[in-house]
Amino acid sequence: MLLTVITVNMATAWADEIAAAILVVKVQEPLPISRLDLPPEDLGFAGARLALQDNQTTGQFQNQQFVLHERLASPQSAPTVLAELMAQGLRFIAVLAPAETLLQLSTKAGKQSLLINVSAPENNLRGHLCRSNILHIAPSRAMLTDALVQYLVWKRWTQVSLIAGSHAKDLLLANSYRASLHKFGANLDHNLTYQDTGGGRRSDTGHVLVQRQMPVFTQPLPKSDILIAADESNVFGAHLPYHTWKPSLVAGSSGLRPTSWHPALEAWGATQFQRRFEAVTNRHMRPEDYQAWMALRVLGEAASRTRSSDVKKLKAYILSPDFEMAAFKGQKLTFRRWNGQLRQPVLLTHDKVLISVSPQEGFLHQHSLLDTLGQDQADSKCDQFGQGS
Amino acid sequence: MKLKISPLVACLIGLLPAFAAADTVFVSNEKSNTISVLDSQTMQQTAEFNVGNRPRGITISPDGTRLYVCASDDDTVRVFDTSSYKLLYSLPSGPDPELAKLHPSGNPLYVSNEDDNLVTVVDVKLRRIIAEIPVGVEPEGMGVSPDGRYIVNTSETTNMAHFINTESYEIEHNVLVDQRPRYAHFTSDGEKLYVSSEIGGTVSVIDPNAKDGPVIMKKISFAVPGIVPEALQPVGVISTSDGRYVFVALGPSNRIAVIDAKSDKAIDYLLVGQRVWQLALNSAETLLVSTNGNSNDVSFIDIRTLKVLKSSQVGRQPWGVAIKAD
Repeated sequence: MLLTVITVNMATAWADEIAAAILVVKVQEPLPISRLDLPPEDLGFAGARLALQDNQTTGQFQNQQFVLHERLASPQSAPTVLAELMAQGLRFIAVLAPAETLLQLSTKAGKQSLLINVSAPENNLRGHLCRSNILHIAPSRAMLTDALVQYLVWKRWTQVSLIAGSHAKDLLLANSYRASLHKFGANLDHNLTYQDTGGGRRSDTGHVLVQRQMPVFTQPLPKSDILIAADESNVFGAHLPYHTWKPSLVAGSSGLRPTSWHPALEAWGATQFQRRFEAVTNRHMRPEDYQAWMALRVLGEAASRTRSSDVKKLKAYILSPDFEMAAFKGQKLTFRRWNGQLRQPVLLTHDKVLISVSPQEGFLHQHSLLDTLGQDQADSKCDQFGQGS
Repeated sequence: MKLKISPLVACLIGLLPAFAAADTVFVSNEKSNTISVLDSQTMQQTAEFNVGNRPRGITISPDGTRLYVCASDDDTVRVFDTSSYKLLYSLPSGPDPELAKLHPSGNPLYVSNEDDNLVTVVDVKLRRIIAEIPVGVEPEGMGVSPDGRYIVNTSETTNMAHFINTESYEIEHNVLVDQRPRYAHFTSDGEKLYVSSEIGGTVSVIDPNAKDGPVIMKKISFAVPGIVPEALQPVGVISTSDGRYVFVALGPSNRIAVIDAKSDKAIDYLLVGQRVWQLALNSAETLLVSTNGNSNDVSFIDIRTLKVLKSSQVGRQPWGVAIKAD
């Protein structure tokens, strides 16, 4: 009996420590149109903490101890904070940051570290600006826009009008929609740009003005099957449904939306995962939380299979054909070895329920159906990862 | 000559079902909140009764008198009389019970609670919880060794089979398997344990009695022409006690894999209903029954010929299945 106790204690003392960090870079953004969309204080951190719990529960059976360092930064302070984390020996760092900041951090992190992109959707980050020390959990804009357009094509709603916001990221999103429409053979009837004139986005009885202005703004649009809003900046999309000149279905940034996660998802055992998250946070899980959870679960999975804490070994395993992860999407998720992007089904939802999941039936691929979403290997301009699918 | 034999053969074939006892098949309907009762000979539904919210895992006591139903959304296990279908009492189960298995003696009941990362042990005579065993994240599958010494619980996010000693309630071994292990099944001689990994797409064949602790001997994988590999998702597993076959329900591929239990290789795939989930054998082991969640039916398979005999309508989203001997 005594011997057993000693063995356990020694084992605990010698437990392999696997340390990771989550770095959230907060950018000053105007308030969203709807107060329901106000970002929670713990956005990103909350998902990472849940993953830490899950990793710990698994780790206790394998004598592995997981540790998570949490840091908040501004775009200006982010490089310094990263340097501090690296000075503490951290080499596996999940990052919620805009693309430009992420690239700065990548340069600073060097080859000895691995950054996990939790939130930046830029197609270029997976293309000619890709970095060998960044893996992407967040779906790219192309994956999201392909997911929506596949569904529209499946529905035979192929006459589409597009309204883009006036900010740079809205224009990138609109371009991604145009590429997806072209890729899957849908037609773009008309383009409009919604100019953000600044000022407060919410006011008492603001709906009175919206009710008069939005119909006039959308009057030039022809009668399409559906209207896509490219409004990543969250300026006008939420005001489109029921305010258009002609009756119109709305998709994209409003109405039917492509997303990595939705709190209403119940399929594939997601219910208990949602409940675990809600029990500790008292709020619903957002896509950033899910993506942060996945970033840290990728580490947990790789560490438990390789029994290693060495970032080089972990990265090699994550990008190998042996790596696979279950993440409440009904199929295994793997990484694209040509650009470090996580393959994943994309949910199509509206406010209350799941509408569908892409890829849609009938969109085929020679390697993985999931590669019908986003940049495929043949079109990839990423040259940092070597070869292999 | 031929003319004379044929009627005789036809007559014998006609008599065959009469030799097999008419067992009672119980099927839980996750969306109807009911249990369907079917006659194994006519393969038709004979009754349907209400059991509470979201019934999933079901099991029958060794004496055949009690049906245990995990009413997941009511956080309880309901116990019914298998003849009158009357509710006898409810057992405490911990939150969101999904799957439950009985000790071979009929007591206690082992329940997996997905929300709490626990296996709950319930004394069905005292009707109270006697132990809670912390396991991996999202415990689901539950296998009991035929000698009753071990329960094996699978945790879906931790991806392990936990071997729990039924005397001490301590986890003695952990075996890492492929993604999202759903089900654990011991062969009746206790020599092999099959663990299905739904997302990994494999079934791990484990030697539970290996000298240095349980070890994976082999992983069974599946391939069906014209079916994308992602759809081949193993869930329910069952084996015949003659050591000949193992059957694996392959979820959204709508197929059951027939495994040769000697070589542990898939030798056939049987097309059943949509999203095939759990499996059960009749007492004579001549019939296999599968629940097909998305086509709201169950399939009856003749084990001698490995042919699907019939699909029968039950309630909405059939999930679990248990068969009571006549």
